[in-house]
Amino acid sequence: MVGLDQLILVCLAYVVGLFLVAFLAERAALRGQGGWLLRSPLVYTLSLSIYCTAWTFYGAVGYAARSGLEYLTIYLGPSLVMIGWWWVLRRLVRIGRSQRVTSIADLISSRYGKSNVLAIVVTLMAVIGVTPYIALQLQSVVLSISIFATTEFVGAADGVDSFDATQAAFLVAVGLALFTVLFGTRNLNVNERHHGVVIAVAVEAVVKLVALLAVGVFVVWGLGGGISETLSRVDASALGAWEVSASRWSALTLLSAAAFLCLPRMFQVMVVENDDERHLQIASWAFPLYLLLMSLFVVPIAVVGLDLMPDGSNPDLFVLSIPLSQGYNGLAMLSFLGGFSSATSMVIVATLALSTMVSNHIVMPVWLASRHGGATQSGDVRKVIIRARRLSILLITALGFFYYRASGGSSALAAIGTISFGGVAQFLPALLGGLFWRGATRSGALCGLGMGFAIWVFTMLLPSFGVDGALSGAAFEQGLLGLGLLRPQALFGIEGLDPTVHAVVWSLSLNTLSFVAVSIFSFPDPIERLQGAQYVNVLEHDGPARSWTASVAGSEDLMIMAQRILGAAEAQTFFRKGADQQGRSGGLPEPTPSFVQALERELAASVGAATAHAMVSQIVGGTSVSVQDLLAVADESAQMLEYSSQLETKSRELSETAEQLRTANDKLTQLSVQKDSFLSQISHELRTPMTSIRSFSEILRDAAVLSEEDKTRYASIIHSETLRLTRLLDDLIDLSVLENGQVSLHLGEENLGQVLDRAITTSLTGVEAPLAVSRAEEADEIWLRTDVDRLVQVFINLITNARKYCRADDPALQIRIGQTGQYLEIDFIDNGHGISAQAQAVVFEKFVRLTGSEGEGAGLGLAICQEIMARLGGNITYLPTQNGTAFRVTLPASAIARAADRKSEVLPAT
Amino acid sequence: MPKQQMFLERKGYRMRRLMDAVRLVPILGLGLWMVPLLWSHPDEPGGSVSISSALTYLFGVWFVLIGVVLVLWAKTRFIASETMAQTSDDAGD
Repeated sequence: MVGLDQLILVCLAYVVGLFLVAFLAERAALRGQGGWLLRSPLVYTLSLSIYCTAWTFYGAVGYAARSGLEYLTIYLGPSLVMIGWWWVLRRLVRIGRSQRVTSIADLISSRYGKSNVLAIVVTLMAVIGVTPYIALQLQSVVLSISIFATTEFVGAADGVDSFDATQAAFLVAVGLALFTVLFGTRNLNVNERHHGVVIAVAVEAVVKLVALLAVGVFVVWGLGGGISETLSRVDASALGAWEVSASRWSALTLLSAAAFLCLPRMFQVMVVENDDERHLQIASWAFPLYLLLMSLFVVPIAVVGLDLMPDGSNPDLFVLSIPLSQGYNGLAMLSFLGGFSSATSMVIVATLALSTMVSNHIVMPVWLASRHGGATQSGDVRKVIIRARRLSILLITALGFFYYRASGGSSALAAIGTISFGGVAQFLPALLGGLFWRGATRSGALCGLGMGFAIWVFTMLLPSFGVDGALSGAAFEQGLLGLGLLRPQALFGIEGLDPTVHAVVWSLSLNTLSFVAVSIFSFPDPIERLQGAQYVNVLEHDGPARSWTASVAGSEDLMIMAQRILGAAEAQTFFRKGADQQGRSGGLPEPTPSFVQALERELAASVGAATAHAMVSQIVGGTSVSVQDLLAVADESAQMLEYSSQLETKSRELSETAEQLRTANDKLTQLSVQKDSFLSQISHELRTPMTSIRSFSEILRDAAVLSEEDKTRYASIIHSETLRLTRLLDDLIDLSVLENGQVSLHLGEENLGQVLDRAITTSLTGVEAPLAVSRAEEADEIWLRTDVDRLVQVFINLITNARKYCRADDPALQIRIGQTGQYLEIDFIDNGHGISAQAQAVVFEKFVRLTGSEGEGAGLGLAICQEIMARLGGNITYLPTQNGTAFRVTLPASAIARAADRKSEVLPAT
Repeated sequence: MPKQQMFLERKGYRMRRLMDAVRLVPILGLGLWMVPLLWSHPDEPGGSVSISSALTYLFGVWFVLIGVVLVLWAKTRFIASETMAQTSDDAGD
């Protein structure tokens, strides 16, 4: 049998051990050692386990014994929140770090324009919501001690009386307060982690897990006889089958998830004490695992307890009473330490979180307001804040103790826990709305919180004191003040709901509704809008944090104030850093908006955003930001957008220009190549006749005897070569004149038929090989107004080409006329075999002579024709679809003289 | 303004889909854990679910979810930390 003295001794030793661990951790952190452990994800995950309080440790078994598997909802909600870390927790932690948030009240007040009213409301709600929870922890510790006490004194008449429960609770409360004061208020800056507290909490997390697992293993394998036997025993027990109501299952899961996010102590370890956001990612699987292990053996323990323990024994204490009844005192002791750990770690962190809120949001503003000199007075404020924080810790612990005394410590643990959850869950709409919705306003948050809190008090907190406790029986039956709509467990006359579901559904839904509705219809002030934008966009960028515009703040005043809150050395370091950043060596930095903003954040880490804002605004004076400033910020970003789009346009233009340049360069290169080949062609064309002229003239000069006949022959060869040269040079000059555009057109009017006839006659005169030329009759109807001689030149060229190159047996050329609205088309089609596709592409180039064709031409004819037609406003093309070789000469309609005019002139002549 | 790429190479694509999975796992968990809402009670017709099978189901889902999140963490820890480390560096001291 474990003696009470022995128990207290072990307990004290354990507490001393905890103090030692915390002390060592603090010292190591001060010396900068042990960072691998103090800042490890393991410690972070374990510190999250303060979610599992004595309510979980003892209460879960009792809960399972009373309501079956419903106890699991308390773990499933938080598991889901952790598994979904990417959605909410990541944002929360990021904001906590970037805004130097000190508590959930600070977060909400800072989001809604650093409103101190909101901070006070949240703080009060948190205190009211959490105090029963602290009382619950005291109660569970006292209950567990009393188990030992009653078994020790069993049989003795004064057994129960000799154990003074109130005294025990008082001693526990004092011990916890002492620990929290010692390790929780060592430094002022809440963002500087409380390594001592965190490491102690981590150790306690291990102890409670090991204790619960040990009891579970003992029950399943020691008493139950293995897994399958235990499971069949579970099925055979009173728990029997699945009996959880659907509404409770979902409502409680939602409630526990909400509470996990909103509980001040969870916020403290999850956000404020977070060292590295990556730890969150690891905790996303590690913490659900912890919860799973904590809840794994709950049902077996409950079932075995129900079997073994006498009727009427408290199922909340099965974890303790089962090993004790089986005579396993060591295990019972371990289990007791587990429960003790759960209770103490929760109380320590909860009071720490609450005291930060109370001192920052209630005590400090009152203190500031009570001194007219404001923040510029000399004297160290730090002592005041730390004293306020210590006082708050004592106050909150005392509140918990008094609640415990007042409630008499009789009600089931689970009920108190659920009530507490319901209270803090009211923060959820304002919290999530603040994180995701820029339109959420302070008025909306205040209305939502107020509405939710009022409904919670009326439907959950007050009824928990029992009928005729806080509310009269009449109020339960007929509603408050006799109004049937206001019955605490059937609001608005809707009956048949489970009381907890009823309270959760009504409070959260009306809370959300009024929050959203009021937000939509109210208008936020500029700081709210600025903060809202920063919160909602926290993942995208660390936006322009311009909330101070006036630079009238004296640096000296700011320095004095900062020294009083941060401490002289820290403040000086901060100001020196600021001066360095501004490039001012020595002296104080300019109070630029960004510097004042940074200073405010630094102060916020110590005293909370609202207080820091109030203090800075006392010095800087007036409102810190106006709608105009917000618009200016928006303008700046709009200008940047504009600028970048301009840049984009510029760069596009540049690349287009580069492309054009490249094309031009290609063209130039091509032209240069063409010029080179042109020159070499010309020299070739000139040299061939020159060579024969030279050789024949040499023969004429040197030959002594030369027959008359030969002489004539040689001279005529020289003559014909000279003619060829002349023709070539004529062509070249012609081409060059045409190409340079120096040609002047001699406009004249003539009948197209006559023009064609002239060309045909010229080309065929004195030629032996016959070429049958047929021309369209309608040519006589058309009068041209153009440079007729040049046009004849083109026609001659085409007809001559046909005569020279048409290889048909009976060469024939057909000349057709076509007239469209805009053009006059004259086609020259012979019955030869046409021109190959490759040759078509180059046929108009200079010096191109098709292979297989002989003759004296230099290959300039078609090139000249092309130039002429271009001068005349038309063109000449090869017609590929005909049977023979076909060219089309196109003249613009402007080249046609009006037939009517001509007719009157022509007719009399004929 | 840095434009977001519309198409990624295979590795980047895989990472994006893994991050999608990270986002969707809690929804899967919620769905699986809300299955008990469909179970009938002993007093209803159609028989009831025994507490041991209910227990096995709920804890089984729990184990699977932890496993999935663990695997996802192992695969995505680097990208997720990269995006986080940037801001945590300048937000911290």
